[in-house]
Amino acid sequence: MLISLKRIIRSGWLNFSRNKGLSLATIFIMVMTISLVTSLFLFRDITQFLISSLQEKVDISVYFKEAVQEKDILQLREEINKIPEVKNIEYVSRETALERFTQRYKDNQVVMESLAEVGNPLLASLNIKAWEASQYITVTNFLETSSYKNLIDKVDYYQRKPVIERIFSITSAINKTGIGFSLILAIVAILVAFNTIRLAIYNSKEEISVMRLVGASNWFIRGPFLVQGAISGFAAAIITLLIFTGALFFLSPKLEILFPGLNIFNSFTGNLGILFLIQIFTGVGLGVVSSIIAIRKYLKV
Amino acid sequence: MIKFQNITKIYPPHSFGETTIAIEDVSFKVNKKEFVSIVGRSGAGKTTLLKLLLAEEKPTKGRVFFDGQDVHKIKPADFFKLRRRIGTIFQDYKLFPSKTTYENIAYVMEVMGASEEEISKNVQEVLEIVGLTSRAYNFPEELSGGERQRVAIARALIHRPEVILADEPTGNLDPYNTLDIIRLLLKIHEFGATIILATHDKKTINVLGKRVITLEQGRIIRDEEKGRFIF
Repeated sequence: MLISLKRIIRSGWLNFSRNKGLSLATIFIMVMTISLVTSLFLFRDITQFLISSLQEKVDISVYFKEAVQEKDILQLREEINKIPEVKNIEYVSRETALERFTQRYKDNQVVMESLAEVGNPLLASLNIKAWEASQYITVTNFLETSSYKNLIDKVDYYQRKPVIERIFSITSAINKTGIGFSLILAIVAILVAFNTIRLAIYNSKEEISVMRLVGASNWFIRGPFLVQGAISGFAAAIITLLIFTGALFFLSPKLEILFPGLNIFNSFTGNLGILFLIQIFTGVGLGVVSSIIAIRKYLKV
Repeated sequence: MIKFQNITKIYPPHSFGETTIAIEDVSFKVNKKEFVSIVGRSGAGKTTLLKLLLAEEKPTKGRVFFDGQDVHKIKPADFFKLRRRIGTIFQDYKLFPSKTTYENIAYVMEVMGASEEEISKNVQEVLEIVGLTSRAYNFPEELSGGERQRVAIARALIHRPEVILADEPTGNLDPYNTLDIIRLLLKIHEFGATIILATHDKKTINVLGKRVITLEQGRIIRDEEKGRFIF
């Protein structure tokens, strides 16, 4: 048993190393497939990042009338905080609002001059963030029916409503098409890799029938092909890992300029273990399963 | 030991051809330790008979028994048990192109689980017998037709099978080598193997002086002890 296993592994290795051209072609195709699976994984990270940074930007602001006192606003904040749909609330006093405004327009002389003339025209506000887009309506309903209604100058939900809904429909579309696209690509890649292995085995079909005729058992015939497939898969996984490490190391700083706060290289190295497992699993699994399926019909002689 | 019982083998037609009757109602027995030659022109059905015995082909009618067992009732996954008891020298050699001479011959013993020492010793011996010691590490494509044929013979003998099927084993050999191979087969026969030799080589048959079954167009026309090649 042990000696057979040793022979199967040796024979698989010999097949692999003697058919260099074929082995390289198989590895190349598998590198493509594994790269695709890996990039889908990273792509998911990027879209998650984009989606959450888009969602971060969505909120509604409640502006209070000029005469309203700070303690009333803070009291309302307490009330709003009790609504389960609310994620967080930020209080911006008239002074803070002015500070932010001057900070933003400090280089614009005209604005600054007119501001000096009118004093502080800005209103105190509460910036409210909900967990999901659909929940903003609950928050605005509450504001409109509460006893604090009189304090409120305006709620800018209605102005922003189309934008908010747009953003959420885009992000959910990105998510859905992302998943659909990933699935299709993964299936195509797997079929291509499977076909490559099938052709490689088709190439050996004469040899397989001779093995049968001289008395080799099915496992003794199948074994070396599985080993060969596994070696190709393993080599492909390692090559892909190296390619990705190199590529992301150089690409990541450039992407970070485009999307501040997104560091793919870090998220890649952070998930290195699981990624490598996925790659090995894809590579070796693909090699072995394809071989088993492809060789089946030649074992009937 | 081997029994062909009313065997008929018809190959279905290819796209425009006609059906081919390769074997028609053939029955004969081969006893243990017998040396039988099957002769006939090309296309007489010699190779088909051997393929039927190896379960490489299924008969259209009739049954083939090996040691009392109906060969065509064996499950494909168990064919190897039958085939390990039979050493076959194929007409077209059927060597493994990606294995060296040594590996081609050793393969049969490897599948049977023999130890490395045993394999090495036996392969050396057989290589010497067929005169290919110096070609042990060449691949089949680097060998001449005669050399390939001798590798095929070595592979069929290496595990000392009970039965040897030899399909035109001397077809590509010069007269000297032919005689050597026939002597070799006789020697193996002396050691107790059953030999079935399919050939159309007149000289070989007449030298042997053993049982000869003559086939013509898929039928047995003669079956004689100490037969001769007559047409």
